[in-house]
Amino acid sequence: MGGATSRRAFLTGVISPRSVALAAVGGLAWTYALDLPGARGAAPCRPPGALAEGDFLATCLRCGRCVQACPFGTLDLATPADDVVTGTPWFEPRDVPCFMCEDVPCAAACPSGALDGDVAIGDSRMGLAVLTDRENCLAYLGLRCEACYRACPVIGDAITLEYEVNEQTGRHARFLPEVHASACTGCGMCEHACVMEQPAIRVLPPGLARGSLGDHYRFEGFSRTITGRESLTPPLDGDIDRVLEAMDDLSGIEDP
Amino acid sequence: MSASSHNRYLVARRLSQVGILVLLWAGANAGVGVLVGDLTASELLGVLPLADPLAVLQILATGHLPATTALLGAAIVLLGWFLAGGRGFCAWVCPTNMVTDLARWTRRKLGLDGRRLKVGRGARFWILSLALLLSALWGVSAFEQISPIGIVHREAVFGPSLALLTVVLGLLALDLWVLRQGWCVSLCPLGAFWSLVGHRSLLRVAFTDDRCDRCGDCLPVCSQPHVIEFDAMAARGFVASGDCLNCGRCVEVCPRDAYHFGLRLSRPAVAEHTGEST
Repeated sequence: MGGATSRRAFLTGVISPRSVALAAVGGLAWTYALDLPGARGAAPCRPPGALAEGDFLATCLRCGRCVQACPFGTLDLATPADDVVTGTPWFEPRDVPCFMCEDVPCAAACPSGALDGDVAIGDSRMGLAVLTDRENCLAYLGLRCEACYRACPVIGDAITLEYEVNEQTGRHARFLPEVHASACTGCGMCEHACVMEQPAIRVLPPGLARGSLGDHYRFEGFSRTITGRESLTPPLDGDIDRVLEAMDDLSGIEDP
Repeated sequence: MSASSHNRYLVARRLSQVGILVLLWAGANAGVGVLVGDLTASELLGVLPLADPLAVLQILATGHLPATTALLGAAIVLLGWFLAGGRGFCAWVCPTNMVTDLARWTRRKLGLDGRRLKVGRGARFWILSLALLLSALWGVSAFEQISPIGIVHREAVFGPSLALLTVVLGLLALDLWVLRQGWCVSLCPLGAFWSLVGHRSLLRVAFTDDRCDRCGDCLPVCSQPHVIEFDAMAARGFVASGDCLNCGRCVEVCPRDAYHFGLRLSRPAVAEHTGEST
């Protein structure tokens, strides 16, 4: 295939109505085979420092460097049988959770940038622990379990115990685990530690675990200055200046 | 060039294909840091990054810029195969090639024709284009997501699952009974990519027309016999088609030593042989 003539002959041979039609149909079929992640953002637990699921899927080379770098054998590359995009790294916290290495060797090994090599492990969000079944959680049943609380590497911040009168006996307390998204990395130690046959606490992908406000909500009116209480949510990005201005205007008013 | 062995390139090729998988396996499972990663991206001797340029191209098509390591690795591999002949990757590295070669061997032993479907060699360029188009449309690396090559080398390195058996048997069945040499000749977009690179690459199989008596011994051993066009090769002095795998099979079987490895720069008029540099 040397000169321009043969190239033209080659191209006209390749580009025919039949091949165009087949490519179009093939492209559609291929799209289904890609098994694009759902709009809810359901994703498995990804290694620490992973980009948001969409960006992660686009950027990950599926080379397994993170899998090899993990000293605890936490990570696996998905096979077609897994309910995870083939070839991408993930972990099942109930089997092996993330041990939150301080130097984050998995993310440091990533050649593509799908994992942020500079991530501080405490800032990583592999998912979010959610107490998915209160009705069967031993702590809610009145037993002093605390397994998830004790297992949490960010104990006291990511999971706290909330004390409450046990109405059943009237003379005991219930020690109820509560997860705080501000500190939970989604390492899955809690899910791993849960003593039940099936865990009552599970790490969910952030897209499933969290609700989100509509962009039109504004909470300046509930700021501490006016109500004397912590605001229900922190101000949205870009609104902080307006909040501060408003607070300046109100500075003459005494806190109640 | 005394024909000390008629299989020397074939043996070297198998050693290379298997050796790379063994090194990657040892990197993943035995803490041997020679070659760590898989065929999509790896690190040689702890310093040299390597990456599959087509995989990186797909990332770029999604509108994401991969990290420098991946870009550098892809550039190194691209340069390497630009020098060493594009589809040399298929013959010397790709594990899928061993499956296709096994199918060729089986077909010959069983006397199978292996042609039920007719799919032109151009199909893989469509598939290559679709891979990039779909990556751009849907924001995921479209070929990497479904690549049977990926499944073969990942599962060889990180531990097999049923998918490895499925892909290997599937490729064999496709090759034996549906589409002869279907994957490597007609369908594989990675092979298509390396064909485009090989179209301009440096290391080529050189051809000395004076020595050739057109016996045709090279044709049945060539996995891409369409690249052997005697008139064109006589005129240019080498196998010009980017589809040539640089596997060296023709070099070692030719009874009159008409083939040898050489550089694209060498012309038939210049009778010097550049030897068997690989």
